Amino acid sequence: MVEMINGAVDVEFQGVTKRFGDIRAVDNIDLEVSSGAFVSLLGPSGCGKTTSLRLIAGFEQPSAGDVRIGGASVVGVPPYKRPINMVFQNYSLFPHFTVADNIGFGLRQLKPRLSKSEITARVGEMLELVRLQGFEERRTWELSGGQQQRVALARALINRPTVLLLDEPLAALDRKLRQDMQIELQTLQRDVGITFVLVTHDQEEALSMSDTIYLMNEGRIIQMGGARDLYDEPINRYVADFVGKTNFFDGEVAEIKPNGAAIRLANGRVLYGRNPRGGVPLNRNAGGAIAVRPELIHIVKANGSACLTTDVQTTARVKNRIFLGEQTEYLVMAEGFGDILVLASKHAETVSGGFSPGDVVSIGWEDSSALALENTSKGDHSTAVPVPK
Amino acid sequence: MLLLPTTLWFLLLLVMPLVVIAVYSLGERAPAGGYQPALTLAQYANLLARLKAFTNTLTLAPLGTVICIVIAYPFAYYLAVKAGRGAKPFLLTLVIIPFWTSFLIRTYAWIYILGGQGIPRLLEMIGIEDYRLIYTPTAVLIGIVYGYLPLMVLPIYVSLEKLDKSLLEVSSDLGANPVRTFFQVTLPLSAPGLVTGSLLVFILLMGEYLIPALLGGGKVYFVGNALVDLFLQSRNWPFGSAVAITLVGIMLAAITLYLTLVGRDRGRQDVSVL
Ligand SMILES: Nc1ncnc2c1ncn2[C@@H]1O[C@H](COP(=O)(O)OP(=O)(O)OP(=O)(O)O)[C@@H](O)[C@H]1O
Ligand SMILES: [Mg+2]
Repeated sequence: MVEMINGAVDVEFQGVTKRFGDIRAVDNIDLEVSSGAFVSLLGPSGCGKTTSLRLIAGFEQPSAGDVRIGGASVVGVPPYKRPINMVFQNYSLFPHFTVADNIGFGLRQLKPRLSKSEITARVGEMLELVRLQGFEERRTWELSGGQQQRVALARALINRPTVLLLDEPLAALDRKLRQDMQIELQTLQRDVGITFVLVTHDQEEALSMSDTIYLMNEGRIIQMGGARDLYDEPINRYVADFVGKTNFFDGEVAEIKPNGAAIRLANGRVLYGRNPRGGVPLNRNAGGAIAVRPELIHIVKANGSACLTTDVQTTARVKNRIFLGEQTEYLVMAEGFGDILVLASKHAETVSGGFSPGDVVSIGWEDSSALALENTSKGDHSTAVPVPK
Repeated sequence: MLLLPTTLWFLLLLVMPLVVIAVYSLGERAPAGGYQPALTLAQYANLLARLKAFTNTLTLAPLGTVICIVIAYPFAYYLAVKAGRGAKPFLLTLVIIPFWTSFLIRTYAWIYILGGQGIPRLLEMIGIEDYRLIYTPTAVLIGIVYGYLPLMVLPIYVSLEKLDKSLLEVSSDLGANPVRTFFQVTLPLSAPGLVTGSLLVFILLMGEYLIPALLGGGKVYFVGNALVDLFLQSRNWPFGSAVAITLVGIMLAAITLYLTLVGRDRGRQDVSVL
């Protein structure tokens, strides 16, 4: 068990850049992973997530900047001298070893050498932790994907690293198993008290598992914060688009308000949105977007008994309906707005009786549910500031 | 069903000639040369007469194999793991190019290189006089290593090429320094190629005839040369057969010993030969 030191920082990037030829895989990144935290690096394919992990593990050296572990610079320190272990994307189990020998590999490298019985005992503990008792003598290719994943996990944990790095550890698993393993990983992290840095391109995975998320794009960090921060307070259009589903209404900034802005759409209609916490206020006469999450939009039968009292209202025609179980997703077409995604809860569906394609409906939302966002589709480095708590 | 023709071929091609030789080896030399039936171990009792051929073969063949391994492994490793996209095809071609001309001609070239006009001449220039190279065991060894190196490089290269390079990173990540990574991961995982290459080279070397004939000049001769001499020159077929059977016996013993050692070393993992 590793003692959790409050406020201690395990991994730190100071202006780290990694170039491969002309490509800046990682571009001037600052990052701080505090001890005992579960941190995710989230972003689309090719944004530099794996490269960042490899910089922490020591497989890559920064082209500029400083990588610090436990407060000390580790630039030039090879992987085998870092108190850090990694679960590789494809598990990479040793084919010439049994499950037990795979898991015990790290222990066998220690100096002074451990006794055989001690290694066996600690391998046994790990097998228990990942619930693989009885698999000691199995060959790695006789295991299912989920079992291989657990062997890789046990192998990386056995030396009790300060930080465990996980590169898309669940990507190869099917949906059900992935959800089980997500819960298992979270539980495990709490039990062992080791700092986890997880790489994923799956926003749901990042949102559900981690304390802190670094959202990346093109080698930069766009926004850092908790799941709620990224979902409720995306600092620009890119973040809102990447994290969860959102409706965007693009236009010109018509007016700057104390805590938000009004944006004039192409049809002349003016929509109001508040500034996200930590976001940069919009500029007058520049482009901007109003963003509204689908679950914050109300939907009722047009001219029915229930009537909307929201700040924004419009009529729309239902184009499509997708039953998602706990919710129903409608795609509606509203004059002057374009296509709008609306999520109706089970409860709302029971009250309204549901809608079919072709139905005319009224939809609406409160101004306080809408955000006024910068129109950058890419992340601009100047906005990469942590969300104040 | 498919097994039957395979078995027949096996019997016809491999076992039959051996049986014939074995029967010959128990016979006597006909007065005019050749074979005349008998049932005697006299030929085997006489083996010591060709002791030199056996000692030469049994020192130079294993030594040649070991030198081939020592040179081929680093080369194959560089080729498979370190070489860039540009250098790799070029280096592979270099390994294969010698096969484009006849082995005989290439070995003749070595007669010149090792002969009086070749390397000894160069040594003279830097003041080393009277250094004889051609027709010495060293010359034969050089010829052997030159001729069989590609046969060692290729199987090792293939097994290293197949090796998942991320395993080397895993090893390093888990605390193994480069030397430990080599002995715990790289070497065991390339062992099939190493075993294949060693057996290939060793077996062929045990029967080698051309290189000692040309570069040994009758002074450094192998069992293969003795056989040619016995069968074609002195036409002593029974004695030649006894020598041949003894060589096969030694070879089988050596290979069995080698595979047992390798197999035990690699624990429970199957040893794949060829
Ligand atoms: N060894 C390398 N040589 C050259 N370019 C590289 C190398 N490694 C990564 N890159 C480039 O750096 C960029 C970032 O790569 P990286 O592997 O970090 O992305 P990623 O975020 O992990 O993507 P994915 O989700 O697809 O795994 C990519 O453009 C990639 O092509
Ligand atoms: Mg990656």
